[in-house]
Amino acid sequence: MTALVDRKHLLTSVEMAQFVANGAILLNGVVPDELNARAIDVLDAGIPGHPYGTDLDTAYPQGSFVRELLEVPAVAGAVQSLVGPNPRIDHQAVHIRPPHGGEAQAMHADAVIDTRTQGFDVQLMYYPREVTLEQGGTLSVPGTHLREINESSIGRYQNLRGQTRLVCPAGTVAFLHHGIWHGGRRNDSDAPRYMFKIRFNPTVRQVRLWNTDDIDSPDVVKALKSPVPWAPYAESRLEWVNRAKLWRELTADPLFDIDYYLTREAMRPTAVAPGATDPRLGAGGAGSGWGL
Amino acid sequence: MADMMMETPVAAMTAPVETPEQSFAQPLAEPDLRQQVLVLQLTGSGLDAAVAGWSRYDGTGRSHPTMGDSDEPPYPTGVAALQDGWRLLQASQLLPPLPGHEHRTSYLPNEFWFTRLVRI
Repeated sequence: MTALVDRKHLLTSVEMAQFVANGAILLNGVVPDELNARAIDVLDAGIPGHPYGTDLDTAYPQGSFVRELLEVPAVAGAVQSLVGPNPRIDHQAVHIRPPHGGEAQAMHADAVIDTRTQGFDVQLMYYPREVTLEQGGTLSVPGTHLREINESSIGRYQNLRGQTRLVCPAGTVAFLHHGIWHGGRRNDSDAPRYMFKIRFNPTVRQVRLWNTDDIDSPDVVKALKSPVPWAPYAESRLEWVNRAKLWRELTADPLFDIDYYLTREAMRPTAVAPGATDPRLGAGGAGSGWGL
Repeated sequence: MADMMMETPVAAMTAPVETPEQSFAQPLAEPDLRQQVLVLQLTGSGLDAAVAGWSRYDGTGRSHPTMGDSDEPPYPTGVAALQDGWRLLQASQLLPPLPGHEHRTSYLPNEFWFTRLVRI
């Protein structure tokens, strides 16, 4: 995957801002039917594993099914926009949930507290068949990805306002920030549910990898400020602060801000005004006190 | 500081006549009652704030609430749960951020536990 993707297939700045705000982006039905039809046999047979951090070209060589999937223009464009060229394959997993099978997972994030603030891993989730509400597609909570929690320690949270239960047509690919809160739901339908997941590690700084033609669009900040209904009111501003910090990293713009929060916080004047009085006037000694 | 080192005081107790297993196997005083628990995450630190998250646990065994089982909260606010008969069991403390973590976010801070007893 060394070839650069045609610019028209890259994400836009507004779409990247939506990803920074929501921690997810959904490409509905972008994989051709012919590939979706072949996917079932491939996933049933299982996809050979590889060590953590394997090069993409080694894990998925030319001619393999997964390579074909990753070369679908919209998929290649999203991968390049989010993690850049030549990402490493962290790991992969085939999830097949049988009819009326399984229990809902506890809500969790993958997979331990990740202290990176400069960038992120991305998880691709591919659904070769239509996912209905009854099939129990992945539940995720947009906007939770920047909160520092440890894996299933959030299992106490069963439902949060704004949560989304995935319903999508065949050939849909979702890209999730590694920190997003999510969980697989029980399959209450008569059909098995198929999902194939790949986690990508970036090998470059994730700086301006997308189509930045619209970088100055007011819709960028509008997207970054999108509200999250589950957040405590006072913390929704902290979410903006953390999104602004990530946007600074992704754009390499150290002055970017939302509503002046980071700018104000950084103010530490060092100059003493010329008209200030002599600091020795009225100064107390270190031993002042004790009624002296 | 030796005089400050005191043994932890122990409440006066009578000599035990049963093992913990025997004692905790005694029949319930109200055998037809079970506890239901409601956990609400609110958008503010007061009970009158809006519900942002909700979880349920059913001691009757009649239902098995689980992750992602509903999109609409059972009550609009914490106070609405009180008005429907739930009793407050525990409320979150207001905790200051750790130095260096003033902007970091983590678990949801406004958590309230409610309970009620129902007949089986």
